[in-house]
Amino acid sequence: MMNFLTYLINGISLGSIYAIIALGYTMVYGIAKMLNFAHGDVIMIGGYLIYIFASSLGLNPVLSIVIAMAGCTCLGIVTEKIAYKPLRNATSNLAVLITAIGVSYFLQNFALLVFGANPKAFTSVVSWEGISLAGDELKIQGVTIVTIVVSLIILLVLQLFINKTRSGQAMLAVSEDKGAATLMGIDVNKTISLTFAIGSGLAAIAGALLCSAYPTITPYTGAMPGIKAFVAAVLGGIGSIPGAMIGGLLLGVVEILSKRYISTQLADAIVFGILIIILLVKPTGLLGKNIQEKV
Amino acid sequence: MLKKLSKTSRRDYITYGIVIAFYLIVQLFKVTGLLSSHMEGLLVPLTYYSLAAVSLNLTVGILGELSLGHAGFMCIGAFSASLFSVYTKGLLPGGLRFFIALLIGTILAAIFGFLIGIPVLRLKGDYLAIVTLAFGEIIKNILAAVYFGYDEAGLHISFKSFQLQGEGKMLINGAMGIQGTPTDSNFTIAVILLLLALVIIQHLIGSRDGRAIMSIRDNRIAAESVGINITKYKMLAFTISAAIAGSAGVLFSHNTSTLTATSTYFGYNVSIMILVYVVLGGIGNIRGSIIATTILYALPELLRGLNTYRMLIYSIVLIAIMLFNWAPKAIEWRKKNLSSIKGRFAK
Amino acid sequence: MALLQVDNLSISFGGLRAVDDFNLTIEKGELYGLIGPNGAGKTTVFNLLTGVYQPNEGLITLDGQNITGKSTIEINQCGIARTFQNIRLFKDLSVIDNVKVGLHNQYHYSFMDTMLRTGKYRRTEKEITEKACALLEVFGLQDEKDFLSSNLPYGKQRKLEIARALATNPKLLLLDEPAAGMNPNETGELMDTIAFVRKNFDMTILLIEHDMKLVSGICEKLTVLNFGRVLCQGKTSDVLNNPEVITAYLGE
Repeated sequence: MMNFLTYLINGISLGSIYAIIALGYTMVYGIAKMLNFAHGDVIMIGGYLIYIFASSLGLNPVLSIVIAMAGCTCLGIVTEKIAYKPLRNATSNLAVLITAIGVSYFLQNFALLVFGANPKAFTSVVSWEGISLAGDELKIQGVTIVTIVVSLIILLVLQLFINKTRSGQAMLAVSEDKGAATLMGIDVNKTISLTFAIGSGLAAIAGALLCSAYPTITPYTGAMPGIKAFVAAVLGGIGSIPGAMIGGLLLGVVEILSKRYISTQLADAIVFGILIIILLVKPTGLLGKNIQEKV
Repeated sequence: MLKKLSKTSRRDYITYGIVIAFYLIVQLFKVTGLLSSHMEGLLVPLTYYSLAAVSLNLTVGILGELSLGHAGFMCIGAFSASLFSVYTKGLLPGGLRFFIALLIGTILAAIFGFLIGIPVLRLKGDYLAIVTLAFGEIIKNILAAVYFGYDEAGLHISFKSFQLQGEGKMLINGAMGIQGTPTDSNFTIAVILLLLALVIIQHLIGSRDGRAIMSIRDNRIAAESVGINITKYKMLAFTISAAIAGSAGVLFSHNTSTLTATSTYFGYNVSIMILVYVVLGGIGNIRGSIIATTILYALPELLRGLNTYRMLIYSIVLIAIMLFNWAPKAIEWRKKNLSSIKGRFAK
Repeated sequence: MALLQVDNLSISFGGLRAVDDFNLTIEKGELYGLIGPNGAGKTTVFNLLTGVYQPNEGLITLDGQNITGKSTIEINQCGIARTFQNIRLFKDLSVIDNVKVGLHNQYHYSFMDTMLRTGKYRRTEKEITEKACALLEVFGLQDEKDFLSSNLPYGKQRKLEIARALATNPKLLLLDEPAAGMNPNETGELMDTIAFVRKNFDMTILLIEHDMKLVSGICEKLTVLNFGRVLCQGKTSDVLNNPEVITAYLGE
């Protein structure tokens, strides 16, 4: 029973990381209508930045995360400007998908060149040991608790930002209808830049938490969590912020429990299986809007 | 400007001609000893990735649905055919064995394409893409985890490692995959298969079935209004596409003796790599898929001298080509500046 | 017996009755107009007749056959073809291929014929091409047959849509605002084309149109729809002089 609780909490923690990444995914998708395959690699870049500053230079972890967030934010804005913006009105939306894949290849190979293929040991950004409950029966690691708390704070702040600020409202407007938003005087380019900035900043936080929970980093660290976070975003209903949160948590819990109780090799298959089942029952995800084509 | 479409049949023959000419040039190089063994080793992979690319182009370009799971169909073709070949090694002559293995791999991939198509093709756009990716990953993960063998007590299948009793053989050994597949495929067989796939796809495109498929791609509602059975034709295109991807997998598994279901060979990134070939070759342009695969597969190899930088250069080239080909501003610029030599460069 | 008989047709979207108790009788060979202010539910009627929407109530009978509840595909095979208000061509197919798709269910050969390009394939494809060319000629599109359909000028795109609908060999042709976006010259030409189609194909036509010149020029009978309900039905001249209709169009 206590074991189960531990696994469940670990699952929620992993799910929280997926959720943070999925939030970035879902916001970018909602606004730019593009599958950003490079999003996972921004996590990896964030992880390496923290590795440089915290693990190698011994800087304060919080300060390192702030620097990494700034770095990833810039990276997000720059890639959007150079690689995605010119293709915004392309005749096929496959064009920007392929460019995103190109950016993903670029970031991975850049990291490979700079840091090499060998995994680097990552010092956890959370030094707190954690707590023991039920007479040492139930141990919860510090990083686990921090991850869950941080993701809840992010969700709350993001909800407030979108619903209460002008920039947030502009984001909603642009995701509904770019043309109409322009007519209402919203600067679409700025709004999209802002979305990429937020998504990438979140990716840096996700990178810090991911690499602290699984303390190594390689150029491919971000790829699979990126894909799974995307699965989480789709599962929750792409474009929906609470949906990304629910999707992420569900995925994390299912993954950890499958690993413990069913099979390590089959855990990913089970995660993807759940996505398929949910989309077949609800084709636009748990909280997604269903839009019918008008004839 | 009005654009005239070229005659379909002539276009088909040019495509066959290019493949045959490429084959003959390679043979010439081989005979004269100009082909390094390294380059020779690339020929079969080049052909099965071309096969995979034309198969994916049938789904993406002709049917108009984005699939990110074609590596899964390759995986099915590879494993089922290898199983047969390993099992019958020594019982059947090489040629016949490979022929039957090819049939098995292709048909099984087609069956999976059909079964997966039933639920998947109800979805739209990016949802369809992510679900095909999911199916591909599931197939890969299951085949990487399964143990399958036979002994005196019969056939055994499990997700846990087990001991065989007495006389028997482990066919799929979990993450170790299938060992000892006879290397029955070669460049000649691969090219014949590619030509066959081209005939199938181009004949399909030039038929009433093909027109029905493309009409769904262009406007589903209008296609329904003229009585086109949407489900039937989506399934037809997707199943054929899966079958051809399966045959690419058969070539793959019979090119090396060890077959493992790892991400490097059958993960979603392989599906994505093939998608890159398809888009760069031209969505819906079958010949383009083969040319793009050949160039892009060879490119990193040609850059091998630059070693560590080659994949970085590749990614930059990829982004640059996409921006040049697709960005509305770049298209405008090309139209303006290349008008004097229009028709040669501006597509 | 009427070719098309619609009885008590109704549909609601989220509490709003978009079409309410709609009745319509069209005799074979008639050219019938469906008019009404914007948002009156005209296109919804077309969508109900072609199975895009399923009605909540009512009965649709085509040539004595009950087609209520059938799918779009089945209804097309029963004999209703349509065009769309916002043109829906197969934009990446050539002009002639658009018509060939329309001919899909008229000509058959097997998948094996396709793969082996048998004699049957070649003969049938030749017939399809001839038939498609003949149809294109009716609409004066024969010279553009190999162009990409999206490269046609607007007026010709409308014509191609009609040609494609006719290719399905319908008993009843539904035209949704065929003159929308056309200049008076093009509209005049379109009126000739519609009259020609009706005569030479022995076609029954129901059309939605805002252009009163076109409506009064070629339609024999009219139904006026207002807020989803039939306001007035009958001979064109009678309907257009009905005070209620004038009020609905011009306001109080």
